[in-house]
Amino acid sequence: MSSSPTKMEQYWKKNLQTLGILLFIWFIVSFGFGILWVEELNTIRIGGFKLGFWFAQQGAIYAFLVLIFVYVVRMNKLDKEFNVNED
Amino acid sequence: MDLLAWTYLLVGLSFALYLGIAIWSRAGSTEEFYVAGGGVSPLANGLATAADWMSAASFMSMAGLISFSGYDGSVYLMGWTGGYVLLALLLAPYLRKFGKFTVPDFVGDRYYSNKARVVAVICALFISFTYVAGQMRGVGIVFSRYLELPIEWGVVIGMAIVFFYAVLGGMKGITYTQVAQYCVLIFAYMVPAIFISMQLTGNPIPQLGLGGEVAEGVPLLDKLDGVLGDLGFSDYTSGKKSIPDLFMITLALMVGTAGLPHVIVRFFTVPKVKDARLSAGYALAFIAILYTTAPAVAAFGMYNIIQSTSEKPIDQLPEWVLNWQQTKLIQIEDKNGDGLVQYLPDPASNELNIDKDIMVLAGPEIAQLPDWVVGLVAAGAMAAALSTAAGLLLVISTSISRDLFKTFRPEISDKKELRIARLSAAGAVILAGYFGINPPGFVAEVVAFAFGLAASSFFPVILLGIFSTRVNKEGAIAGMLTGLVFTISYISYFKFVHPELNTAEHWWWGISPEGIGSLGMALNFLVCFGVSWLTPPPPKKVQELIQEIRIPKGAGQASNH
Repeated sequence: MSSSPTKMEQYWKKNLQTLGILLFIWFIVSFGFGILWVEELNTIRIGGFKLGFWFAQQGAIYAFLVLIFVYVVRMNKLDKEFNVNED
Repeated sequence: MDLLAWTYLLVGLSFALYLGIAIWSRAGSTEEFYVAGGGVSPLANGLATAADWMSAASFMSMAGLISFSGYDGSVYLMGWTGGYVLLALLLAPYLRKFGKFTVPDFVGDRYYSNKARVVAVICALFISFTYVAGQMRGVGIVFSRYLELPIEWGVVIGMAIVFFYAVLGGMKGITYTQVAQYCVLIFAYMVPAIFISMQLTGNPIPQLGLGGEVAEGVPLLDKLDGVLGDLGFSDYTSGKKSIPDLFMITLALMVGTAGLPHVIVRFFTVPKVKDARLSAGYALAFIAILYTTAPAVAAFGMYNIIQSTSEKPIDQLPEWVLNWQQTKLIQIEDKNGDGLVQYLPDPASNELNIDKDIMVLAGPEIAQLPDWVVGLVAAGAMAAALSTAAGLLLVISTSISRDLFKTFRPEISDKKELRIARLSAAGAVILAGYFGINPPGFVAEVVAFAFGLAASSFFPVILLGIFSTRVNKEGAIAGMLTGLVFTISYISYFKFVHPELNTAEHWWWGISPEGIGSLGMALNFLVCFGVSWLTPPPPKKVQELIQEIRIPKGAGQASNH
């Protein structure tokens, strides 16, 4: 292992921070908007959709996709920054 | 050409394609057989994962399930996609870095114990077998509906096809056939959906059509709420399940998805850690195409069926209703003798019974599409069932040849191990076929089982294995067993022992058997932590292994140790 332990710890900490933020959003868009606050959001309308229903059957899935791609980009950057990337 | 000829032609062509790919991509070594030599591109792996994941149930039944449960059906949509976020962020990159071939491999090495490995093998076998029986049954049903063959013959033909490419090609053969199967199934799903969306709402994109209008100023979903409400049903856009139950089912499905061995193992096939992350993103993108279309197909189907049957004279129903009545998927009985069809919530006076699979299967006829589209949907359904079955069979054969045989007889040669892997794949195909022909009577319940078990056994120990350096073998074994036993007991009690008590007032805290995997997972976590703290920490070598899998560098070499 080329990186020193402290550097390694920093990398891991930043990784955990990224995970924390992304998983928080993951929870909010699905369990939050799709289940817990669905009634409240259903009072708002977008086109032919009630917003809560839209999140539960469409929006959450789009949000999941964005989350994974944000994670990919962010981690590739972090890997390079800490010189732990593979190429 | 008539409908049956088209169906034979398209299904036959798709089978020829799969077999061609299988011959082209034969596996020559155990590494190729288990993980396709670790050389699959992230895009190809994403496509293969999507086909692997989307089963006969996703293709044929999910839309119908949503049709009849409306908003409550959202648990499947969020549950079966949200798991990919967990997989991408918490498991896939680290397991790829670990660089071996199976989930029990990881559990056995990380928890430095062959006992833990064996417990993991048992979980993997149990999950995969329950799941694969349903797939084989699905193949048989598609054959019997479209090709007018007995279900048994359908299962046997399906077995022969899977046998050929899974046994011959291993992971390598499966991966490239799954890529082809994804293309077939998504095309077959989208064509009718796009046409129906256009007819109903004027918008060719079903995802937008769902929010479109069926008449000037009348949104489809509002109209559906109104029509269902007039008949005495609850609103389409609001549900009947309690919030805690919705919450727990969604969580169990998400965590279960992330813990399914046949999905996890797909991420061992890409060359780098970076690729594992990216390919989880691709996989979800390809899955999302179908999963965001399904709720539209569900609403369109419900609307069409009510519009063309409810309060309509029985002798003037559209042709597709009459066609599907022959297969018993639509059943009409004029109970009050008024010559009209009444669709009502009360089973005593309801005159229309619709199988949930009809929403997808009858799609092309409802949209009045040409016969070849019907054949295409048949080929798509078959692709969905075969691809999932093959992925599961590979997990079963790998578990036997590698996790059991190789672990306890490490001296066997690569060539011999490959032969054992092929033999166990063959054995698994035959066993799965047997269960397909003689279904154990609980095919519908096995979904709850498979996800509940994956959630309560694998997910916590893999997660803690990566993110905690303190959790040890005693904790892992105790945790897995607790989660497993608790979840099996709860589901068995309500599904098999006392099915008459399977209602909300008897459930613990209102959690249905479908959602109990979440509680099993929580118990697994608690026990795993508790026992680990009371027993000695893992040895230094394992601590180093954990540090090693946390950084991406060096994944290329890792696969060879």
